Amino acid sequence: MSQNELSLETAFQNKIDNELKIEPKDWMPEAYRKNLIRQISQHAHSEVIGEQPEGNWITRAPSLRRKAVLLSKVQDEAGHGLYLYSAAETLGISRAEMIEALQVGKAKYASIFNYPTQTWGDIGAIGWLVDGAAICNQVSLQRTSYGPYARSMIRICKEESFHQRQGYQIMLELAKGTIEQKKMAQDSLNRFYWPSLMMFGPHDSESAHSEKSMKWKIKRETNDDLRQKFIDQTVPQIEFLGLEHPDKALKWNEERGHYDSSEIDWEEFYNVINGNGHCNRQRIEHHVKAHEEGAWVRDAQNAYTAKVVLRAAQAIA
Amino acid sequence: MNISNKDNSQADLIEYATRLGDDSLILGHRISEWASNGPFLEEDIALGNVALDYIGRARMYYTYAAELTGEGKTEDDFAYLRNERDFSNYLLNELPKGDFAFTIVRQLFIDVFNSLFLPQLQTSANEHLAAIASKAVKETRYHLRRSKDWSIRLGDGTEESHQRMQKALADLWGYVHEMFEPDELEKRLIAQGIAVDTANLKEQWLAEITETLNTATLEVPEAEWAVRGGRAGHHTEHLGHLLCVMQSVHIRYPGAKW
Repeated sequence: MSQNELSLETAFQNKIDNELKIEPKDWMPEAYRKNLIRQISQHAHSEVIGEQPEGNWITRAPSLRRKAVLLSKVQDEAGHGLYLYSAAETLGISRAEMIEALQVGKAKYASIFNYPTQTWGDIGAIGWLVDGAAICNQVSLQRTSYGPYARSMIRICKEESFHQRQGYQIMLELAKGTIEQKKMAQDSLNRFYWPSLMMFGPHDSESAHSEKSMKWKIKRETNDDLRQKFIDQTVPQIEFLGLEHPDKALKWNEERGHYDSSEIDWEEFYNVINGNGHCNRQRIEHHVKAHEEGAWVRDAQNAYTAKVVLRAAQAIA
Repeated sequence: MNISNKDNSQADLIEYATRLGDDSLILGHRISEWASNGPFLEEDIALGNVALDYIGRARMYYTYAAELTGEGKTEDDFAYLRNERDFSNYLLNELPKGDFAFTIVRQLFIDVFNSLFLPQLQTSANEHLAAIASKAVKETRYHLRRSKDWSIRLGDGTEESHQRMQKALADLWGYVHEMFEPDELEKRLIAQGIAVDTANLKEQWLAEITETLNTATLEVPEAEWAVRGGRAGHHTEHLGHLLCVMQSVHIRYPGAKW
């Protein structure tokens, strides 16, 4: 590293240590840029792929009110995808490149969306638990060191809290409903609880990206701390629903001031990440199909824009 | 007016509000099928918006029909507990979403129609329907701008987009005629100043469609075929499948609240 780069890097780290935001035109280490592109694009892809499991129930929502709310939620998620792609573009990558990386499997999305939404209860569980877990992470990212990412998180968090409430409301209706509805709620809780805990990623000791990300304040809290926060906040929510907690070994630990819980089935976690979830292939194939079917529309739009520009130029000449 | 006339008139009004609700719900449902299927992310969002507007309208029309019906009926009874023959939406609205050109052409037809229909419904002697129209007319202005813009872009875009638009026009043309043919029920309500006489809208509708298609370098279809029957519950085979999906959860748990 040259003397110049060294002093740039020192200035960069000082800025971060002083809680100043890094902005698109500021100097940044290449690894910081890459790390952010990876994280922000992964986040954007998750929002976009997440349209699928939830979209799966728009046409079957059991009341018109639920249909409208779910449609509006899925639309918000697409909007989050947009802000995040735009935030990532400030780092010098195009949306087309990011989409390409997703479609060839180079970029990831949240593995939770490889689980199928089998029942209406799953829409409740996703809003409540999956969005709830995402919020834990995103609240902490409002203070992330990269300005455009931090600012997009502030807006996204507001909408996500609304999503979490709508999910919980679905669960509440089910839990206080008929016996069958309550069974549906319990089943969805049982299936989505553990995958939600997995959303925080591997234990800190196993996490490949954690250390550097913490130093650069891309991440502000560790996977395990955020997961603990989520576990603790979920316990009274489950109680209020009158449902059984899926973790039979869950126990309050007075000394730590937290709940102790069973170990996560990491084998399942890696199994799903590595392509063996129910929907891994389906999600990407769906995305590719929609993208390819839309190619002629995008081409037409470009062709029309070019014609308009040409006609304007001819009109002047 | 004697009692039985009043009852008949009330029944007409319920049916009219229900029809308008059916048009909105079925189209909104079809547009909502674009979630995660749009040609790019901005379109997922925009189509979601349009679908939401239509589902919102359906809720207003059905809620009014439910109020008039009494007996503790709600909007959901109208959406979820009626069968194919009970629905009275225009056939155009129930056709599968097709490709993007098909969706845009259908929207163009319906948006131009609504931009003429809703301002007249705003002057309805029935203040509930007039109020719903006042809300919807603002949304329709935006929808129409969108569907005109897209029609022009796709018609005057590439060879492929032009052909797809021309095919969509040909495939949809025969379904437009019934929108301009009020039946006996609508005629009774037109006489009372409640319903809109859609027969009067056809000329202007055709003029506006022609103008947009000309700008889009597209031909106005001349085909003579016409399919009718939506208002009388004579539907295409597609509606049954749509309802099977839409109503599946609701009807499996009778009496449940969601």
